[in-house]
Amino acid sequence: MSASLEKGINALKEQVDSTTASFFSSCVHCGMCADACLFYTETGCPTSTPITKAEPLRRIWKSEYTLLGRIGKMFGLTATVDDALLTKWETRVYDNCTLCGRCSMVCPMGIDIALLIRKTREGMAAAGHAPKDLIGATKRAVTIGSPMGVKLPALMAQIKHVEKDTGMTIPLDVVGAEYMLLLSSMEIMNFPEFIEATAKIFDKAGVTWTISTEAFEATNSGIQIGVSDIAAELVQRIVDAAKKLKVKTVISPECGHAYMAIRWDGPNLVGKPFSFKVRHILEVLEEFRKDGRLKITGKETRRLTYHDPCQISRRGGVIDQPRNLINLFSDNFVEMPDHGKMGWCCGAGGGVSSNERADKVRLKVFQRKKDQLDEIKPDAIVSACSNCRIHLEDGLEEYNMDIPLMSLTETLAEHLAD
Amino acid sequence: MMSEIEFLNWARGPGFQIAVIIFIAGVIIRFGEILLLGRKANLAEAKGSEMSGGLRTIVSRSIPDKSTFQRSTFTVVAGYIFHIGLFVTIFLFAPHILMFKDIIGFGWPSLPTPVVDAMAVVTIIALLAVLIHRMRDTVLKFLTTKEDYLVWMLTVLPLITGYMAFHRIGLTAPTLLSIHILSVELLLIIFPFTKLMHAFTFALSRWYNGAISGYRGVQS
Repeated sequence: MSASLEKGINALKEQVDSTTASFFSSCVHCGMCADACLFYTETGCPTSTPITKAEPLRRIWKSEYTLLGRIGKMFGLTATVDDALLTKWETRVYDNCTLCGRCSMVCPMGIDIALLIRKTREGMAAAGHAPKDLIGATKRAVTIGSPMGVKLPALMAQIKHVEKDTGMTIPLDVVGAEYMLLLSSMEIMNFPEFIEATAKIFDKAGVTWTISTEAFEATNSGIQIGVSDIAAELVQRIVDAAKKLKVKTVISPECGHAYMAIRWDGPNLVGKPFSFKVRHILEVLEEFRKDGRLKITGKETRRLTYHDPCQISRRGGVIDQPRNLINLFSDNFVEMPDHGKMGWCCGAGGGVSSNERADKVRLKVFQRKKDQLDEIKPDAIVSACSNCRIHLEDGLEEYNMDIPLMSLTETLAEHLAD
Repeated sequence: MMSEIEFLNWARGPGFQIAVIIFIAGVIIRFGEILLLGRKANLAEAKGSEMSGGLRTIVSRSIPDKSTFQRSTFTVVAGYIFHIGLFVTIFLFAPHILMFKDIIGFGWPSLPTPVVDAMAVVTIIALLAVLIHRMRDTVLKFLTTKEDYLVWMLTVLPLITGYMAFHRIGLTAPTLLSIHILSVELLLIIFPFTKLMHAFTFALSRWYNGAISGYRGVQS
């Protein structure tokens, strides 16, 4: 056995717990998860059946943690994990799954299939079977601090622009601020409007906030590629900065997996509860709304819909907040046929968008979103994840659909009363 | 050579006891294997309750949402039919209840025999439909293993042998009954070591699913 394969197998073993065992024990091979997965419904490719994507992990569980499997292994009857299997599974686990978790909502046995695939990635990555683009992004995240290679000077340049445009000061490294805002590289490079929007809203709401120059990156490549050690290191940077600045709440920006990483996985990765709260920007805005801190003027008359970013809605629990917020500035809001916790993924989450090899399939499975949009024909789409946003724009262009895409935070800021 | 009656006595006596012991021991071993692995406590600040989320999903996952039902209609409908059919034929057939009463000391009301008889036929037909679906559907062909066919066979066998025993088809009554009991024993023996375990573990796995989601404030 090669050293890397052994590492992979050990990483898979570490993932097995009572949830894993009860999930694999319960699968009856009914195939309903395939019908819930856009990588199957839009391609018709049976290898994209969600539960089969976790096959390497299942084999480890069966051969190491069940009596029958262990006996079978002695006689060479239990299937084992080898490099050939992992090579074959690489595209299934990384290119054809966004960890959106829709399968986990549909499985009649209640198997959290997305969790099993996420766990499988730990073994794949340890055995050296992760996509090279994700390896690159993860390396940049560790060494530079951002998967896209965005350094502090780039952020400072964008902040300067925002300050010049608005005449406002963006608070940096302010000790004792109530909120510490994180940003995704995508927002810094492609959507600096987000910084401007949050600055305006926070100013109007009269709260103190800051950005840390030491830990401003919200994304976590360790989560996407499946290397818990690296994920933990990236989370720790934020924890250290939050402690140093003594903030009460860390805000996860409009990015799906960043929220999963810091809000739900974060404390478990570093092995300690946080001494501060973590909230998604939409949760913070919803609190402002409830406290009457958001004065809104002018209503959108366009027919708006909301695209649920999977890690924020289904996997994150921020479902009602965006709807309440949109209703502040819209009289014409319409839901897609499947929405909220049953929403369909855009097709580019979970590291798929960072993996060039998956470009073709992510645009193909966008057909699912297109069909949803065709049914309700909105004038504009509102969302709250810059990764969804970039991919949705890509998909809309690919399918010749002329529907503008808006960030919820930015749109809200545009409707603030003076 | 055992006589017909001796064979029947062995099947319903020692044979049945052996099968039940393997069944019970197997189920306990399997649950031990699962639960002893343990699970780390969640350190993230909770947004909802694990317990209520878990309990809710144990129940709610029995009913698919509309869009899932439309996409997986056959699987849901055929699945419901054969599961109800199995429940009725196993637990609501008067002679079976007598047997349970013999073992555990109490019984419960039965359904009229002709109803159970009809249900047996419906269940066999549903299981045949499920088998054909499994053999023809692209996803299911990809998913299916030898174990799936073995489990299918050993599930349908007691239904067929029971139907034959009740209607005295082909052989003498004691022999038919012996064969029926043996087929049930086979099912009991493989039960803990195959996907049949889902009849117990579904509650565990639904609970975990609901608990994971419930903790994050999502009803799954």
